[in-house]
Amino acid sequence: MRDVAVIGIGCTQFGEHWSTSFRNLFVEAGALALEDAGVTGEQIDALYVGNMSAGRFVEQEHIGALIADYAGLASNHIPSTRVEAACASGGLAFRQAVISVASGMEDIVVAAGVEKMTDVGTGASVDTLAGAADREWEGFAGATFPGLYAMIANDYMHRYSLTREQLAQVAVKNHANGAKNPIAQFRQQITVDTVLKSSLVADPLRLFDCSPITDGAAAVVVVPLERAREFTDTPVRVLASAQASDTIALHDRREISTLDATVAAGRRAFQQAGIEHRDIDMLEVHDCFTIAEICAIEDLGFCAKGEAGKLTEEGVTALHGDIPVNTSGGLKACGHPVGATGIKQIYEIVKQIRGEATGRQVDAEIGMAHNVGGTGATVAVHILGGC
Amino acid sequence: MSVSRFWRKIPQRYNLIGTQCTTCGRYFFPPRSFCPECRRDGEIVDYQFKGDGEIVTYTVIRSASDQFENTTPYVLAIVRLDEGADLTAQVVCTPEEARIGMRVRSVFRRIAADGESGVIHYGTKFVPAE
Ligand SMILES: [Zn+2]
Repeated sequence: MRDVAVIGIGCTQFGEHWSTSFRNLFVEAGALALEDAGVTGEQIDALYVGNMSAGRFVEQEHIGALIADYAGLASNHIPSTRVEAACASGGLAFRQAVISVASGMEDIVVAAGVEKMTDVGTGASVDTLAGAADREWEGFAGATFPGLYAMIANDYMHRYSLTREQLAQVAVKNHANGAKNPIAQFRQQITVDTVLKSSLVADPLRLFDCSPITDGAAAVVVVPLERAREFTDTPVRVLASAQASDTIALHDRREISTLDATVAAGRRAFQQAGIEHRDIDMLEVHDCFTIAEICAIEDLGFCAKGEAGKLTEEGVTALHGDIPVNTSGGLKACGHPVGATGIKQIYEIVKQIRGEATGRQVDAEIGMAHNVGGTGATVAVHILGGC
Repeated sequence: MSVSRFWRKIPQRYNLIGTQCTTCGRYFFPPRSFCPECRRDGEIVDYQFKGDGEIVTYTVIRSASDQFENTTPYVLAIVRLDEGADLTAQVVCTPEEARIGMRVRSVFRRIAADGESGVIHYGTKFVPAE
């Protein structure tokens, strides 16, 4: 197996792109990543694209070929593969690119993620996102995606100590970070009161506990570490690439408020990298809902179960806390174009490690990305470090 | 959900018929045709659940997909049947009544109306049994 490095990154503005098409979102992110890497289109050996549901959101399937075509690569006939694992599609696309390069099969590979969600109405997007869980046995009964995470929150609050205010502080922190990120969908600060006075979506979760509906795309270029310096002075090494799965339905989990797939992927990632928790300088975790960030911090092992609410309240996970979580603003404030999110996490970590996260820069040599599909049926964890 | 995909599971949805692995004794609802414990050694048979159970966790859905929008707010729960299988279902009670640990019993109810096909879906809901 070869060591792998990220040599280029690109990301569109996250938000509502009324005037930009699905394909152009991808083209913009891809071009930024290639320019950043100093790589030309002719040099690319393969493309992996994370996308959850272009079929439902923009009525387009077969997007591997589509984006290769509109990226101007049709005449090169390179392999282009769509990767789908609901909201973890981006993390898995990155992992496929890493595996491909590590194996020696391909050398210069683009991993991307794209989602265009605002072309359909809210009801239709709620219904599409419910497909990330068990459509026949959860969705049929009337489960929405926020509803499933709300059941995680209620189970969590029943077992462990977590106040409604502590939960709100996750959103407050992520908005504070998003306000400093030029690509973020929401760039305004909020207060605990903003969250507590927003409308109930699924008790106890309110509108400001939920990540938004977002359009966006992100792309990164990976190569064998031994070739990285041909392209850049600041390669970022992939120290670990782990993935785990669990039951598709929340009701079949061992414990509702512990994501065992996060636990498994996290452990594998630490083992691969040969490092410990104290070596991680920053985290991008999958905060599709505020409760998800609380669970992620604990299930990745950064504190015991039941302690993440207190850590958040004390500012430990804030931008300049001991372990900054979601410096990008997370899914909550940066936005959550589901297929792109996993790649945007890699983008943010590379920005931080290179020292290019102007306005929100933390002292980071090693960062971890945690990307969840559904309610935890798929989890990807990556660790990246400077070299 | 497509009509065929719904009708295929009517006996299970209407009567709470799941499965049991007679090799290890585990019950499955939603039904499974393959035991995750015993795998190929598992003997799977149909099993009629008694319909009694309790709420493991719940929420109140205030904002739903188009199919359910005119029935909000409704209580949605994970119910643990006494035989030891967990499923997701609505509980017919007020948001204030619902609580973790509440005993419930299954009933046959209308679940949703499919706007596109005009088909009304029926299935299992739960009512308080205390
Ligand atoms: Zn068995």
